[in-house]
Amino acid sequence: MTVSKFWRNIPQYYNLIGKKCPECNSYYFPPRDVCSQCGNHKLEEHKFDGRGEIVTFTIIRTPLMDPEGEVIDIHAQTIPYILAIVKLEEGPKLTAEIVDCEIDEVKIGKEVGAVFRKIVEKGPHGVIQYGYKFKLVR
Amino acid sequence: MRDVAIIGVGQTKFGQLWDKSLTNLAVEAGVKACLDANIDQKDVEVIYGGTMSGGLFVNQEHIASLLSDFSGFKNIPSIRVEAACASGGLALRQAYIDIASGLHDIAVVGGVEKMTDIGGHSVTKALATAASQEWEAFFGATFPGLYAMIAKLHMHKYKTTEEQLAMCAVKNHKNALNNPFAQFHKKIQVEDVLNSTMVADPLKLFDCSPVSDGAAAVVLASKQKAKELCDAPVWISGSGHATDALSLHDREDITTLKATVEAAKQAYVQAKIGPKDIGCVEVHDCFTIAEICAIEDLGFCKKGEGGRFTEQGNTEIGGRIPVNTSGGLKAKGHPVGATGVAQTIEAVLQLRGEANGRNTNAEIAMMHNIGGSGGTAVVHIFRR
Ligand SMILES: [Zn+2]
Repeated sequence: MTVSKFWRNIPQYYNLIGKKCPECNSYYFPPRDVCSQCGNHKLEEHKFDGRGEIVTFTIIRTPLMDPEGEVIDIHAQTIPYILAIVKLEEGPKLTAEIVDCEIDEVKIGKEVGAVFRKIVEKGPHGVIQYGYKFKLVR
Repeated sequence: MRDVAIIGVGQTKFGQLWDKSLTNLAVEAGVKACLDANIDQKDVEVIYGGTMSGGLFVNQEHIASLLSDFSGFKNIPSIRVEAACASGGLALRQAYIDIASGLHDIAVVGGVEKMTDIGGHSVTKALATAASQEWEAFFGATFPGLYAMIAKLHMHKYKTTEEQLAMCAVKNHKNALNNPFAQFHKKIQVEDVLNSTMVADPLKLFDCSPVSDGAAAVVLASKQKAKELCDAPVWISGSGHATDALSLHDREDITTLKATVEAAKQAYVQAKIGPKDIGCVEVHDCFTIAEICAIEDLGFCKKGEGGRFTEQGNTEIGGRIPVNTSGGLKAKGHPVGATGVAQTIEAVLQLRGEANGRNTNAEIAMMHNIGGSGGTAVVHIFRR
């Protein structure tokens, strides 16, 4: 990811800022510019508080490797990691890692909350990239 | 709209073909299809070529010009079509629309992908471009990971088992034994799938289709030309194409590929038939769970019943609806851009009774081609 693309996404990646349609009350995260429900293109910003539940998940076990078997996956440091689709309280769903728990604790339907974490240790431009992950609500 | 027929087919072997370039593969399939149709290069009026990413796989874009140039089709219009793994199927549909509209009378539809020139890491990265880079891949999603999440929820909601998923792979490997163009000719058992390396729970290595090189081509003709040139044309009686959210998380129901449902509906309506009339089908089994979802979404069984339907043997050759008689993406191989065209070829061979060792005597056949995790679906129905 280029530096400008990374900076452009900071409001969403850091603070879960998405969109809300004032016409039909639809919520969007990831954000979009046109309402899929009613076609309105004047959407307002909405900050999601990050509470939601696990719709489905998987454990990523195999990192991406080059032909010599060397691991080059940007997410490899955390393998195995738990990847989930989370449904936010307002309705939208997103894809994110579930952290700070044992693999066995993760179940479909469990409540989760957003946390702010390092996503990629070393991007192609040497920057550390941050974003949202989720942890179980205990 | 005019009637359109397939009058010739040609394909390369699928697999790791180190001695062949993208150009070699595409030309071999195209020449074979023209020979099968008994036409000369100069009879071809237009080319539609499906390829997902010449740019990322072999550093070559502008495939449209390359195809017409090296195939010896001088100066004719050539169009490259891209819809990730559905590029080949969509190329067929665009060529169908072209001929049906009356613009041209004879088209070659090609699909090609050369995936093994670059390393496994780069292949996975290239394939991941079919998912949302900003909202899926950045956060750790891989393609097996996305389909694994579909599988996990399907198992949770409908009690589908890992054994039932494995049975799709076992059946497809068995079917591929009789397909000389298939990448794998190796019988496997359910235990082999269950004991293979875990990639993304619950999907194991043998639940996943391989990385492949290969090309496939068909010749399309208008009704009048088809009757002049061909004794046994295969007719396109229904064509459907639909899209859905790019990201899996943005879909209404994670276990339903709505694009498949909508594309199938269009094809069934146009062909004036229903699922019960289909004699055999090639579905997009990039992962075993994708075959389960496909047979449900195409209407061969109810939502949630796909696992049990497979376990009961309904999808075997000789069963209620033979699925992936070619070996499917799993065992025939999955050179992504070529897949939709190769599926079409299997349907044609079945209708001609030329699918040696795996014939189903079908009168009507179907193909189903998916892009990404379901952002694009293309469905075609063919009849004798
Ligand atoms: Zn709205």
